[in-house]
Amino acid sequence: MSVDKDTVRRVARLARLAFPEERLEPMAGELNRILAWVEQLNEVDVSSVEPMTSAVKVSAKMRDDVVTDGNCADEIVKNAPLGEDNYFAVPKVVE
Amino acid sequence: MSDLTSLTIAEARDGLKKRSFSATELTEAHIKAIEKARSLNAFVTETPELARAGAAESDKRIAAGAARPLEGIPLGIKDLFCTKDVLTTAGSHILDGFKPPYESTVTRNLWSDGALMLGKLNMDEFAMGSSNETSFHGPVINPWRRKGSNTPLVPGGSSGGSAASVAGRLVLGATGTDTGGSIRQPAAVTGIAGIKPTYGRCSRWGIVAFASSLDQAGPMARTVRDCAIMLKSMASHDPLDSTSVDLPVPDYEAAMTGNIKGLRVGIPKEYRIDGMPAEIEALWQKGIQWLKDAGAETVDVSLPHTKYALPAYYIVAPAEASSNLARYDGVRFGLRVPGKDIISMYENSRAAGFGREVQRRILIGTYVLSAGYYDAYYLKAQKLRTLIARDFEDAYKKCDVLLTPTAPGPAFGIGEKTDDPISMYLNDVFTVTVNLAGLPGISVPAGLSSDGLPLGLQLIGKAFDESTLFRVGEVIEKAAGLTPRPTPWWET
Repeated sequence: MSVDKDTVRRVARLARLAFPEERLEPMAGELNRILAWVEQLNEVDVSSVEPMTSAVKVSAKMRDDVVTDGNCADEIVKNAPLGEDNYFAVPKVVE
Repeated sequence: MSDLTSLTIAEARDGLKKRSFSATELTEAHIKAIEKARSLNAFVTETPELARAGAAESDKRIAAGAARPLEGIPLGIKDLFCTKDVLTTAGSHILDGFKPPYESTVTRNLWSDGALMLGKLNMDEFAMGSSNETSFHGPVINPWRRKGSNTPLVPGGSSGGSAASVAGRLVLGATGTDTGGSIRQPAAVTGIAGIKPTYGRCSRWGIVAFASSLDQAGPMARTVRDCAIMLKSMASHDPLDSTSVDLPVPDYEAAMTGNIKGLRVGIPKEYRIDGMPAEIEALWQKGIQWLKDAGAETVDVSLPHTKYALPAYYIVAPAEASSNLARYDGVRFGLRVPGKDIISMYENSRAAGFGREVQRRILIGTYVLSAGYYDAYYLKAQKLRTLIARDFEDAYKKCDVLLTPTAPGPAFGIGEKTDDPISMYLNDVFTVTVNLAGLPGISVPAGLSSDGLPLGLQLIGKAFDESTLFRVGEVIEKAAGLTPRPTPWWET
């Protein structure tokens, strides 16, 4: 499974990272080196192994389904780069 | 240099109780030390006024006989912990100006036990790195230098600011976080102690997320006892983190009896890796001898899947990071770079805000999670984790604790390993298995390299058995008989 320039472009788009054309090729090389290194996992037969789903064996706790937090809109928007009247402001998305 | 900055937390606690000095004096001594050490670049934000106000309150409480467990103890906090109204950057440009309106559970626990905050500590960007060189705020300089050399060395990472400030006597202790070795490896290369507790022991709430199934907070301090004191306060069950466990937090100090007679110490043969420096091997053998001399017995054990831990980690961690870092979009907090539409605003903000290593990991993570690749990468890595955890379970049928080196070598020079990501990743070869299995691990200062640089030994415990790590760690610490302390060349 080798990564080429077009794959990097596609993945960068998926990850919402602007990527200058001239960095696509070097990044493909870097990713290929790392992916080639992780390929060694293929030496291990894991067909009968269950994937780990939690690092320690504990079952999730239940809690009452009640509101315990909220009414803090001004705190939530306080760090926004741009906003108005407790709304986040973004570039126009609907014509 | 003030004597007050060379105390341990245990000594400072006793001195405050006996009124040998005040919390205000203790705090002022540290504020002065920090001011003189700016060339180490250990702090992102200094908060002397917060520390002073806290110290005044502590002095009142001490006078009233109402001291709490960490009353008046000045600490540094890794910049990954959200601290209410205090800049929190995670070492990244993308969190420019972010002042959280809330406090992380771990820091809230520390403050409610009386500890004081001296400031926020530099770190690798989003905790991705082993040398502190990926920080947007520039690298931290290790207070240690090679004998007869001025070459600036890295303090390890990602908790490099924490390690450097503890080793340089700028704080009595610091918080760290450990996803693949980020507490233990910097502790080892700066001559201090640091523990990654069992996954779930400390709440992750309010800690900027890197890889959620691996991240865990822990203390870094100059002695094993100081780590025990800090962890007692940091650990808690937290309804805000569903993975934090509802188990009582033991009195770790009480467990430090010094008695390890009959303890079975496992020596995993797979940790004897190719190309391991002779002095690391020699230190390991010394550690084995110290524990035997103290009455423990050693058992050879095998952890056959060890060699797959790093490659599995470099699937799991980037995959989870790529999801966690999706939230940085220039809308709700931090940096925004305009674009021609909303998508290009996201793309431009993220491209400008994330550094090279973070972008590399986001791309790997996005790639391995993308359609058609999930089973081949992430699922396979999670199956490897099951095998790695099973290796430990099998080993613990024969032993109570494992002894290994912490890192494959001493601190290296700034810029020496930045060209090759994989050689950088190999710094975590001895530490990363512990994160994948969710187990606790402690690094204890155990020796000096031929260049005069600190080296550490690691103890790995059973899940939730941090007590044994503290007990055995102190035995190693005493047998090593070191009080590693760098010459304060940075004080001008």
